[in-house]
Amino acid sequence: MTPLSVRDLKVHFAVRGPFNRRIGSIKAVDGVSFDLMPGEVFGLVGESGCGKSTLGKAIMGIHEPTAGEIWFEGQRIDALAPAARRAVRKSLQYAYQDPGASLDPRWKIGSSLHEPLLIHTDLDQAAREKRISSILEAVGLPDTHLDLYPHEISGGQQRRVGLARILTLAPKVVILDEPTSGLDVSVQATVLSLFRSLRETFDLTYVLISHDLAVIRTMCSRVAVMYLGRIVESGPTEAIFDRPRHPYTRSLVAAIPRIGGARVTRNFWLQGEPPDPGNLPSGCRFRTRCPKATDLCAREEPVLSTLAPGSVACHYPE
Amino acid sequence: MTLLAVEDLSLGFATEAGFASVLDRVSLSIERGQVLGLVGESGCGKTTLARAILGVLPRETARITGGRVLFRGADLLTADPASINQTIRGRAITFVPQDPFTSFNPVFTVGDQIMEILKWKSPRASEPAGHGWLPAVVSRYPADRKRADLDAVLELLDTVQLPRPKQMLRKYPHELSGGQRQRLMIAMALLPGPDLVIADEPTTALDVTIQAQILGLIRRLATERNVAVLLTTHDLGAAYEICDAVNVMYAGQDVESAPVDRFFAAPAHPYTTKLLASLPDASGTASGIPGEVPGLITPPGGCRFHPRCERADGPCRDARPPVDQLGGGHWVRCYHPHGGIR
Repeated sequence: MTPLSVRDLKVHFAVRGPFNRRIGSIKAVDGVSFDLMPGEVFGLVGESGCGKSTLGKAIMGIHEPTAGEIWFEGQRIDALAPAARRAVRKSLQYAYQDPGASLDPRWKIGSSLHEPLLIHTDLDQAAREKRISSILEAVGLPDTHLDLYPHEISGGQQRRVGLARILTLAPKVVILDEPTSGLDVSVQATVLSLFRSLRETFDLTYVLISHDLAVIRTMCSRVAVMYLGRIVESGPTEAIFDRPRHPYTRSLVAAIPRIGGARVTRNFWLQGEPPDPGNLPSGCRFRTRCPKATDLCAREEPVLSTLAPGSVACHYPE
Repeated sequence: MTLLAVEDLSLGFATEAGFASVLDRVSLSIERGQVLGLVGESGCGKTTLARAILGVLPRETARITGGRVLFRGADLLTADPASINQTIRGRAITFVPQDPFTSFNPVFTVGDQIMEILKWKSPRASEPAGHGWLPAVVSRYPADRKRADLDAVLELLDTVQLPRPKQMLRKYPHELSGGQRQRLMIAMALLPGPDLVIADEPTTALDVTIQAQILGLIRRLATERNVAVLLTTHDLGAAYEICDAVNVMYAGQDVESAPVDRFFAAPAHPYTTKLLASLPDASGTASGIPGEVPGLITPPGGCRFHPRCERADGPCRDARPPVDQLGGGHWVRCYHPHGGIR
């Protein structure tokens, strides 16, 4: 059974003018569907503003979906009553982008770790402490850190505390939002290997949201590439990186600097920047930057269709 | 002649906990038209070094304890501050900041902000503005120079590939994307006709496709205009893309410097090799470096990397290794470098 599945999800934000009149909408997520396989690491990649974080937050219920369905372990969760929704959150967790900002600066790490257990379980003090110290060991932090404040520990350690907070509740699916942003490469490597080992120990399924293709490549088994609110290509990681079919994916993969390889900046072909999400072009959203765009692309929006081993939304895939 | 040479620069900041030694005898040199990458992790002192060259360290807390910063042969640390202000800072040496989002004033159009720079720092100004007894603020901006400056601005905005430059100047910063703002920042840094541009992590806040465009732009402009660029970055990939040479810093010390091809093919310092091994790759074998960057108030003696280095022994703890020339412009500061030199 798929732990999480998203069906044609749309999240639109209203753009309001004078007197709160609705004058348009930003289609942050516009018709996204995917199924998660148990135990996999599913990557969502795209540039800033493509809607990947909005998608993650909509799954959590932080943003209200405009349309579409979200299914978690056979239960439709997007239209649940708040109390029932709270129960789901225990096994579906979200790791925030900036762990420093998501810890209360006036609480010691220990209090922050007790909080989720107080809300979601009825364990007593001693049982909570036992659980917390075993989790702390799993994420590689000493017990002495319980008495420190968030500002006293480094960025990599804050990330570990954020993870420990989530793992105390034994979730099934964890959405990791930019888990390595703001970390140095030497710390990033240790945090990524921690993610890998925790996945095996706690039997987790990850949705990994990132703009860093190198991180996606080392972590994920399957990848979906988003552009302006839509998935433009998805498939197994090797296929996406070795043989990208969509022109946007090709440009993304080409833009990664390869040490020892050819310099990409010498002849990088993608020009311009993503258009304003409040004022999307007709037809294919990528056509304003695409070298292959024709009249057909302006008239008709391509749908995500199967092209083994993945799927691609393009009229002229490679 | 070397355009910029930093020689044995040491400086630190007075903090409540004591004196933090942020740079410890750091040296580097740049020639015209060269792009030099200054690579290191956060807190290694690369931004402090960039600010020391520019002379914009906080005056109350920063204390320079030794060394020289030679620009075109003259020491910037001992020169008259007023003359640096008029001829060097913002004219011969300019700066591209890390964050294009907070570096613009949100309440003025970008055109106003660009013309404000040129009012004071235009290469067409025959004499420094605001001379004499009048306060500088009330000095005029001569109309004919303003026209010439505006033409130069429009031409340069076209060079940095900003569409419709005239309309662009009337926009407010929030109306522009991050990539556009960074292009404007680069244009603003080039307008005074500098010899050296210090670019402090110019692509950190940008997406990968925009990063590739901006890096390509910096490389092209440096070559075309024969401008030296000091690019500080934590991204080894970005350094590989456009730099001619790379300097590596760790916890306020320079550890290795090499031409770019030698640097990535034959790194000698243990820190450099570990940094390169930390980059994520397809096989998922990236290793990382155990331990943490030391605090700078009581830094480890000798080579500051020794607590995290498996090759470290007695001498590493006692004295900082001297510069060891490996030939071809490649040097390393290590008693036990890779490659079996010793």
